[in-house]
Amino acid sequence: MSILVNKNTKVLCQGFTGKQGSFHSEQALAYGTKMVGGVTPGKGGLMHLGLPVFNTMRDAVHETGATASVIYVPPAFAADSILEACEAGIELIICITEGIPVLDMLNVKHVLNSYNVKLIGPNCPGVITPDECKIGIMPGSIHLRGKVGIVSRSGTLTYEAVHQTTALKLGQSTCVGIGGDPIKGLNFIECLEMFEADDETEAIIMVGEIGGSDEEEAAEFIKSNLSKPIAAYIAGQTAPAGKRMGHAGAIISGGSGKAEDKIRALERAGAVVASSPAGLGEAVLAAITLKKS
Amino acid sequence: MNLHEYQAKTLLQKYGIPVPRGQVVAVAKETVAVTTEITSAAWVVKAQVHAGGRGKAGGVKIVHSAKEAQVVTSELLGKTLITYQNAPDGQPVNQVLIEETLPIARELYLSMLVDRTLERVVVVASSAGGMDIEEIAKSSPEKILQEICDPLTGLMDYQARNLGFKLELAGDQIGAFSKILKGLYKLFKDNDLALLEINPLVVTVDGKLYALDCKMSVDDNALYRQKALAEQRDWSQEDSKEAVAHHAGLNYIALNGNIGCMVNGAGLAMATMDLIKLHGGAPANFLDVGGGATAETVTKAFKIILADSNVKAILVNIFGGIMRCDIIAEGIIAAVKEVGMQIPVIVRLEGTNVELGKNMLQTSGLNIISADGLTDAALQAVRAVAA
Repeated sequence: MSILVNKNTKVLCQGFTGKQGSFHSEQALAYGTKMVGGVTPGKGGLMHLGLPVFNTMRDAVHETGATASVIYVPPAFAADSILEACEAGIELIICITEGIPVLDMLNVKHVLNSYNVKLIGPNCPGVITPDECKIGIMPGSIHLRGKVGIVSRSGTLTYEAVHQTTALKLGQSTCVGIGGDPIKGLNFIECLEMFEADDETEAIIMVGEIGGSDEEEAAEFIKSNLSKPIAAYIAGQTAPAGKRMGHAGAIISGGSGKAEDKIRALERAGAVVASSPAGLGEAVLAAITLKKS
Repeated sequence: MNLHEYQAKTLLQKYGIPVPRGQVVAVAKETVAVTTEITSAAWVVKAQVHAGGRGKAGGVKIVHSAKEAQVVTSELLGKTLITYQNAPDGQPVNQVLIEETLPIARELYLSMLVDRTLERVVVVASSAGGMDIEEIAKSSPEKILQEICDPLTGLMDYQARNLGFKLELAGDQIGAFSKILKGLYKLFKDNDLALLEINPLVVTVDGKLYALDCKMSVDDNALYRQKALAEQRDWSQEDSKEAVAHHAGLNYIALNGNIGCMVNGAGLAMATMDLIKLHGGAPANFLDVGGGATAETVTKAFKIILADSNVKAILVNIFGGIMRCDIIAEGIIAAVKEVGMQIPVIVRLEGTNVELGKNMLQTSGLNIISADGLTDAALQAVRAVAA
């Protein structure tokens, strides 16, 4: 098994005929993802990459039976796209778009809470179950199907975790980039819950960063609910307070959101915390050994 | 993006929130007209910089005559004000705000922000105004009051009353306070603010409420639709290299070390800084070049890094992702040539065609060191600056 997506997941793309949408849909198709079409308002009826284009998500879902949708539209239109996907009955929305105003996301989340829908992102690389389904901008070739579940706030650090677990032949069950925004869809806890319940996932890597208290809350969850070995890394130990480090959510404010507090909380919860981003693979091996002993 | 106090107060007035009468000046002789027009027993002259702690740093002064106002203004203008928040560099004072003084009976604290855990706009208030909210949180957390706003209904009257009565306001003040809060909420939403802080909100001897000081910051992601606010951005208040990087579309933050960093992805960029520190070095900056590390963006990034004279070596850390390593190597080589690089560049590449990329770097005949992995890259960089 895996979490969130597998070889049967039917995927639509919003912003399908745009530059980003086209490029990454092509990559996804080459990887074997079951892409079934896309939406670009005004281009309905055309074919693109051998797949049908629809004017609305309602039409697209009705015609294709898709349950997942990936969004590559510019930030000004992203809130609209997320809600359109949600209303059309999509169960899993993956929003890659970076730069959505936080008040837009606040309203979007308020609406999503009354639907049975999962949102990944925004400002994220997406989700992949190796050899089955790649939705997002991650390079497929670095992945190896295996036993480590990866959840991360950062795109390129997810790739580091993947690269290292591939090199160690541990492989990955599913990798979820939850994104670098302060208000987002799935958070660490929801992903940890799914990994805990997934047979194929034997160990977990969690990559956090400065800003907010998601890692501290995840640590509470780990302490009381997680039986599987877990390794973690927190980026931003040298980040100055009050500065936004690239990601909208990566900011130490009013003394909260510091890396050291998150590291301490995770260590207390029993996670093996890597001191270096180069040590993610080693850390998950150590976590596995530790659980066995 | 931060606004100056005088810009924030202009917005407050637009939303019907009472502020002291005042005028911003950029030339000392303009104070004469201001003190003539705004009659007051004394005036307060406030340096306009994007940092808190101005009072203790000598940036806020009470003056009792028109002449004194002019003298103090001319002392402040052109000065670099260093407060505990912007130390050690400080920020230039290009404008001062001159305001009437008010007979103050009480000082309250009021702020609005987006709470990322609650996913709501939250109003925070306290009777301990004039202090830092972090200080109040530490010394008397019971004095911090909070109301959570529903996105659909916004801030309701009962919530304003909840706060007003707790703050021991009475009579007409409750209505005035509600009006202020509702105005602030509308202002917050209309202008895509990330933070709005009024500290202090004062109650005067005759029972009136005024926003005596105000800080506002706007959500950077919303600047595309807040054009009027974006135009008010004062780049003189920001690090000059950060300003240049912003205009080049790069995410750069200056730090104090001597190893320049160029990385793709914000998380990896932070991790690279941490890695340098872990191996005994000091990063000179945070720089995320994003996904497309082309010759053009790499050249721009190198130029920004090299503008910092402390930089003795540059560490390039790129996880190729979808872009092939040989293409990235090509870009780095072209950029090193283009800027006429005088210091060592340590490059760590990973991803598709990594061997080809590394080979290109090694045989380029340039001052480029191709590293084997993350740790090796950090060690090589630390070694390079120690030499």
